[in-house]
Amino acid sequence: MSTHYLPEGLPTPSSGPDGLAAPYWEGTRAGKLRIQKCNGCKAWQWGPEWVCHRCHSFDLGWEDIQGHGRIYSYERPHHPVHSALNGHGPYIAVLVELPAYGNIRMVGNLLGDPLQTVPIGGAVQAVFEPHDSATPPYTLVQWRLV
Amino acid sequence: MADRTLRGKTAIAGIGETIYYKHGQSPHSEFKLALQAIVKACEDAGISPHDIDGFASYGNDRSDGPRLAAALGVKELKFSNMFWGGGGGGVCGAVGNASAAVATGMADCVVAFRSLAQGQYARYGRSGAAAAVMGEDAFLFPYGVMSPAQRFAMKITRFMHDHGIRQEALRGIALACYHHAQKNPNAVMRGRELDEEKYDASRWIVEPFHHLYDCCQENDGSAAVIVVPADRAKDMAKKPAYVMACGQGGDHRSAAPVHNMPNYPSSHFGKLAPRLYEMAKMSPSDMGIVQCYENFTGGVLMSLIEHGMVKPEEANEFLVKDNLIVEGGRMPLNTSGGNLAECYMHGLELVIESVRQIRGTAINQVKKNDAAIIMGGPMVTPVSSLILGSEATL
Repeated sequence: MSTHYLPEGLPTPSSGPDGLAAPYWEGTRAGKLRIQKCNGCKAWQWGPEWVCHRCHSFDLGWEDIQGHGRIYSYERPHHPVHSALNGHGPYIAVLVELPAYGNIRMVGNLLGDPLQTVPIGGAVQAVFEPHDSATPPYTLVQWRLV
Repeated sequence: MADRTLRGKTAIAGIGETIYYKHGQSPHSEFKLALQAIVKACEDAGISPHDIDGFASYGNDRSDGPRLAAALGVKELKFSNMFWGGGGGGVCGAVGNASAAVATGMADCVVAFRSLAQGQYARYGRSGAAAAVMGEDAFLFPYGVMSPAQRFAMKITRFMHDHGIRQEALRGIALACYHHAQKNPNAVMRGRELDEEKYDASRWIVEPFHHLYDCCQENDGSAAVIVVPADRAKDMAKKPAYVMACGQGGDHRSAAPVHNMPNYPSSHFGKLAPRLYEMAKMSPSDMGIVQCYENFTGGVLMSLIEHGMVKPEEANEFLVKDNLIVEGGRMPLNTSGGNLAECYMHGLELVIESVRQIRGTAINQVKKNDAAIIMGGPMVTPVSSLILGSEATL
């Protein structure tokens, strides 16, 4: 029984040759949720970028955060656009806002029944989903209602 | 200092379209389609393709200007321009860039065009993603958020939620587009009428708001318009459609990665639209011709609202088929069928339809045809909009 929300065969995440997102993906492997925080003006920033959009400092740090958020929006795709999803049926993607961290937003799947009613504003908790047998291994961050 | 404006300085003097095909059904290559549309636009304008001196496109068009210039025997290439950004966000911007080149004397006769053969190349509605994805895609694709429908649906979900707008408003948009396509011989969806029952019964692409009929087609084809100085256009073969204003761009950090744009539930026309009307010295109520790019009907909804054509609190009541069709409608919308039902020509078919309306030669001709607004590529960044007008609007 797979412990993964979506079927195997979807594209896997890579931090890419520039390494910009590497601290995030290294963090999830270690069970840490990590986003950028400017060492200059202390602004939170997500997704990752080389410069702080607020004060233009290049001195951006990465900080471990608590995975508490609320559902800002959602969708339930039905039509499979990738061969790995053929015959799978609908699934839920959520856009989660993290109020404690400058309202940055993250995208993930909402665990549980794919046909469940999704409450906008509902509180969610991050759940790590390791893909240990992938080459190279990676860990996604999913969400469940609390 | 003279006014810094495009208003009335250039005009569209020629229009050309290929036959529009369902994806994979074009017998011609994408580049040949581009050539066909450009040659037709030149014929319409009564000029030789040798006299084109610039090319402007968008959406990462693969038919590059220098190759076109060589193929067509252009005497001298003076302007070669690509609008950044994906999707049809650049449709009006390409016409605006062509106009800017002509208005400033950089070039004299620029073609703005789009060629797209989704059969020959990748379909937008299928993920052609590699086994490993990086950058922003790494935060989306592993969660099954890949296609344009999936990438934009959550903006629409939140907008509908915030304003209490119902699915029926999106249905009204789809019904009007399909209605207008039925008389258009070049509409791919001609002969495929859409009614409320068929719409309601259609399968979900992405719940909660994207039925099949809320989504654009995937097509093969090409379209082109010829932009020349206004004083030249008035002596040419066809009635000019003057470029009254163009706006392009995005609001504050609207391209922020992983859905982190501060103004999320938006088509991103909110800042652009006031600039557009100011340049045109016109207002939403002047627009008798309304063409709005449908990637998805939710994008149309937000575009119309952000351009001041509809108030959010009136959307449920106003966006019904009877208000949006040319026969007695208060705001005829996408009168050739648009991306939904004519052809997903990345919106350039909407610019061409606007020119036909201003000329008075459209199949579904509106009566109030002096001014046209075209809204291109909602929800991407950059987006762009255009106002065209007859001589009476100058």
